[in-house]
Amino acid sequence: MTGSENNTTPDRAQGSIGSAIGKVNDQIRQPLWLLAELTYSCPLQCPYCSNPMDFARIKSELTTEEWIDVFKQARAMGATQLGLSGGEPLMRPDLVELIRAARDLGFYTNVITSGAGMNADKVAEFKEAGLDHIQVSFQASSEDLNNLIAGTDAFKHKIEMAKAVKANDYPMVLCFVTHRQNIDQVDEILDLCIELEADYVELATTQYYGWAMHNRDQLMPMKEQLVRAEATAHRYQEEQQGKMKIYYVVPDYYEERPKACMNGWGNIFLTVTPNGVALPCHAARELPGMTLPNVKDMSIDEIWNGSSDFNKFRGFDWMTEPCRSCDEKEKDFGGCRCQAFMLTGDPANTDPVCSKSPHHHLVEEAIAAGKAEADKPIVEQKPLVFRNPRNSKKIVGF
Amino acid sequence: MSDRVFNDDTVLVLAQGYRFQWEPAQNCNVLLYPEGMVKLNGGAGEIVKLISEKKQTVAELIADLTKAFDGVDLADDVYQFLDEAYKNDWLRK
Ligand SMILES: C[S@@+](CC[C@H](N)C(=O)[O-])C[C@H]1O[C@@H](n2cnc3c(N)ncnc32)[C@H](O)[C@@H]1O
Ligand code: SF4
Ligand code: SF4
Repeated sequence: MTGSENNTTPDRAQGSIGSAIGKVNDQIRQPLWLLAELTYSCPLQCPYCSNPMDFARIKSELTTEEWIDVFKQARAMGATQLGLSGGEPLMRPDLVELIRAARDLGFYTNVITSGAGMNADKVAEFKEAGLDHIQVSFQASSEDLNNLIAGTDAFKHKIEMAKAVKANDYPMVLCFVTHRQNIDQVDEILDLCIELEADYVELATTQYYGWAMHNRDQLMPMKEQLVRAEATAHRYQEEQQGKMKIYYVVPDYYEERPKACMNGWGNIFLTVTPNGVALPCHAARELPGMTLPNVKDMSIDEIWNGSSDFNKFRGFDWMTEPCRSCDEKEKDFGGCRCQAFMLTGDPANTDPVCSKSPHHHLVEEAIAAGKAEADKPIVEQKPLVFRNPRNSKKIVGF
Repeated sequence: MSDRVFNDDTVLVLAQGYRFQWEPAQNCNVLLYPEGMVKLNGGAGEIVKLISEKKQTVAELIADLTKAFDGVDLADDVYQFLDEAYKNDWLRK
């Protein structure tokens, strides 16, 4: 294993589900973590976005009252952490109202934002409404990053936002999603963080869901890049000890064992998508045979305890070999169901990231395909496909 | 003793972004922080509760607890817990 400090974090795609909440493992089957994807609308177009490819098809959104009702129900069932995400949560005009309602219910409220649409007054309003924590993720396509470092408006805006976060007495938590196009700039990224006096920096790795899966060949980092990036991250970790905490996550495609995805299916994690569909993880909508229960038709209790979706991969009975008879299954739950499905066609298969999987070669082939793409002359390389409504319609076809 | 993080005069404060609360659904005290939670057992829960309620020194905290527990001397236990809590980033110095 590489020396990642935070490799227990199940899935960075939605901000951290925090390794520590996983420590509460006697507390199984309570939706401790509610991820509210408030909207799919977003002014940015990150090609690594984990949102579904067909996001533009989903136009309806839960109302303020409907969201608050979701919060109430989840809270009554034991939820303590609420992630307000999307899309860009700041596109919801009622965000402050939702924060206030959630905080009044006793939630620990986290806003996960790209900073687009944010200004210093808004941060102060969030504070007043009782927001507990805000994570600003930097859009990290290489072009933007270069702009950022070259001192454009986007860069200035980010700096202002980061400063506003600190001025309101929040720790500054910055998140960078790394991939082939930006991972060679880890030192620039960390220098920027030092300059901003960040408290926590997360060097997350691109997980291949949604748009990221579509752009996998163009995003896949190379082994040499990872070795360099990791060495750089460790150097900064040592230098910044006690000042800035740096989390570095190793891409699971380069690991021998899969991530303990979602801390187990239907175990502690509940996602509600913009139009009210409840999912055991943000990517699960794509799996075959899902009934996609909606909070508008059913209570969260019925969905969590009774729906076939949430029971599908609970426990260990659904497993196939080699997981079924493996002594590590309680550690990683056989990995990610969505990854198993996307790569092997059967969501009950072992996550092919695992070296024991008979499909592990698929992961090696994906890495090789990324390398082949990177080795092509620039003009022949596939362009990155950006996450926007036009591409969503064109590619999915609706 | 000398390798303790805190002494009698240290004023105890929860780390930035940490919140203590009673959770009816879990039937226990918890400490909430960015994207995470720990459940606190009885004694730990009492200590963190007092810290979250009022700004006071370690000596005052120990005095309060001693009173609450009928005069039992809890100083060593409290210091041990505080060291642990500091290591976990729950408390600020
Ligand atoms: C989907 S975004 C939504 C919130 C907001 N628009 C933002 O980007 O911060 C939620 C979090 O996931 C991260 N993220 C997005 N796509 C990802 C991927 N493919 N793999 C890992 N993290 C990803 C973002 O950086 C952000 O921290
Ligand atoms: S990852 Fe980028 S495109 Fe996706 S929701 Fe966040 S800011 Fe928007
Ligand atoms: S075979 Fe399955 S349970 Fe065993 S280590 Fe691999 S993924 Fe985990």
